[in-house]
Amino acid sequence: MCTLEQHGNVFVLTLTGDDEHPLGLPLIASLSSAVASAKAAAASAGPGAALVTVAEGRFFSNGLDIGWAGTSRTRLMELADALRPLAADLLALPMPTVAAVTGHASAGGFLLALCHDYRVMRADRGVLYMSEIDIGLPLPSYFVSMFRAKVTAANALRDVLLRGTKLRAAEAKEMGIVDAVCPGPTETVAKAIKLAEQLAARKWDGDVYASIRISIFPEACKSVGIVEESDEEKVKNFASRM
Amino acid sequence: MEPNNLCTVERRGRVHLITLTGAGEHRLSPALLSAIRSAVAASAGAGALVLSAEGKFFSNGFDQAWARTAPLHLHSTMDGGFRALVADLLELPMPTVAAVTGHAAAAGCALALAHDSVVMRGSRGFLFMSEVHAGIKIVDFLAELMREKVPDAVNRRDLLLRGDKMSAAEAVRRGIVDKAVDGGVEDVVNAAVAEAEKLAARGWDGEVVAEIRKAVWPKVWDKAKDYGADAPAAARPRL
Repeated sequence: MCTLEQHGNVFVLTLTGDDEHPLGLPLIASLSSAVASAKAAAASAGPGAALVTVAEGRFFSNGLDIGWAGTSRTRLMELADALRPLAADLLALPMPTVAAVTGHASAGGFLLALCHDYRVMRADRGVLYMSEIDIGLPLPSYFVSMFRAKVTAANALRDVLLRGTKLRAAEAKEMGIVDAVCPGPTETVAKAIKLAEQLAARKWDGDVYASIRISIFPEACKSVGIVEESDEEKVKNFASRM
Repeated sequence: MEPNNLCTVERRGRVHLITLTGAGEHRLSPALLSAIRSAVAASAGAGALVLSAEGKFFSNGFDQAWARTAPLHLHSTMDGGFRALVADLLELPMPTVAAVTGHAAAAGCALALAHDSVVMRGSRGFLFMSEVHAGIKIVDFLAELMREKVPDAVNRRDLLLRGDKMSAAEAVRRGIVDKAVDGGVEDVVNAAVAEAEKLAARGWDGEVVAEIRKAVWPKVWDKAKDYGADAPAAARPRL
C-alpha cells in the first residue's frame, strides 16, 4: 500500500500501485506507520531530515474510500476519524514535508497533500479537486480548518470548497496552493526530492520546526487534535539550550 | 521624555519621529523597550508617529545576551515590555509608520509590522524571522502578531517556517510591507515622515483611529491590552 525509503536525509513515502489510493483503514494505517517510522529514524539521526510523499500511477489519492463506505454514513465518519490523526502526525512531524502531486488529488487526497508544507505538482495531467460539493457529502470540520488555514488567496477557498473547481497545476500555483509546477511525474518527483534535500540541508531542529509550524497554523492544528505547547514549555526548551 | 542614549524624539511638522540611536543592533532589552515606550508616550498632540533607527539595523530582536545572564524570573520583563509597547502602539490615537531603515529580525520584525504602515529600505536590510534557524520556538504573542499581520498562508510559511530573508522588494511584492525606498537611512526616514504627514493630514479623530485599529487586529489587541499604559492596574501583570 505504501513504502518508506531513505535517500540520504530525505524520507520518501510512496503510495504504491496503479489504483486511486483510496484512503481506507488499511492504507491510512500503513501511512501512519510509515510516518511514525520516519519520525523515529530522524529522532536518532539528529537534525536535517525531510519527508517527501509521492504516489505511483495516475492518482495521488482520490480521498476517503467511499467505495468501502458505500451508503453508510457511519463508515464514512469512521474513515474521517481515522484520517484525522494521520493529518495530525504530518502537521506535528519534526521535519519539513513536501507532497509530490503526481496525479489526481481529490477530497481527502487533496487534504493529504495540503497537510504537507510544500506541494510540487505535474502540469500535464491531474487536478486538485474537492469533490464533496459535487457528490453531496459534507466536509469533516478539520478538513475545512485545514483549507481555511492554507488556502488564503482571494476567492480561492470559495472556488475550491464551494464551487468544486478542478485545479490544474498552473492555476493551483496562482492560488498559492502549489509551490512548483513540473512537466510530468518524473520531474515532479525529482523536484520534490530536490526541494526536500534543500530544506533538510538547513539542519533545523525538528522539534522547533514542528512548533513553529503549529504556531503559524494553530486553528488547523487544533482541529486535528494537536495541543500546542504553552509559552513556559516553549521557553524552557530555549532556556536549557542557552 | 527623559533624555537617554537609546532613542531620540523630534517633531517634524505633525509627525512625532522616534529614532533608535547608535550603530548597534537595537536589541529589545527591557531598557530599550522602556525607552521606546516613553518616546511613544511623548507623542501626545502629534498627528502621526514614525519609528526609525540609525545604523545597519532597525532591530535585531530580543536581547538574548541579556536573557542569558538575567535570572529566569525577570525574562517576563522583556516579553511583557514588548507586549506593553505593542499595546501602546495599538491604542495610539494617531497613525503609525515604521521606517525599516535596516535589518528587522525576530521581535524587531514583529515590532515593525505592529505599525499601521511599513516603509522599508530597498537597497539594504531584510525582514528576517530568524527563530527557525536559531532553534527558538515562537512564543504565542509574537506568533499572534505575525499571524494577524501576515494572513497569507504562503507568506507565513516562507517568512516564519522557512525563515526567508526578505528584501524590501520581495516584501512589497508579497504585500507584507507597503513601500520600498531607495537610498540611505535618511531617505527612508524622509519617506516615512512624508507618509506619516500625509496620514496626519487626513485629520482623523485619534480616538477613532485607535478604536478602529484595535477592531481590525482584535486577537493581538486582546493579548496585549492588559500590558499597555492605559490598562487598569489590577489587570496589568506584575513584571
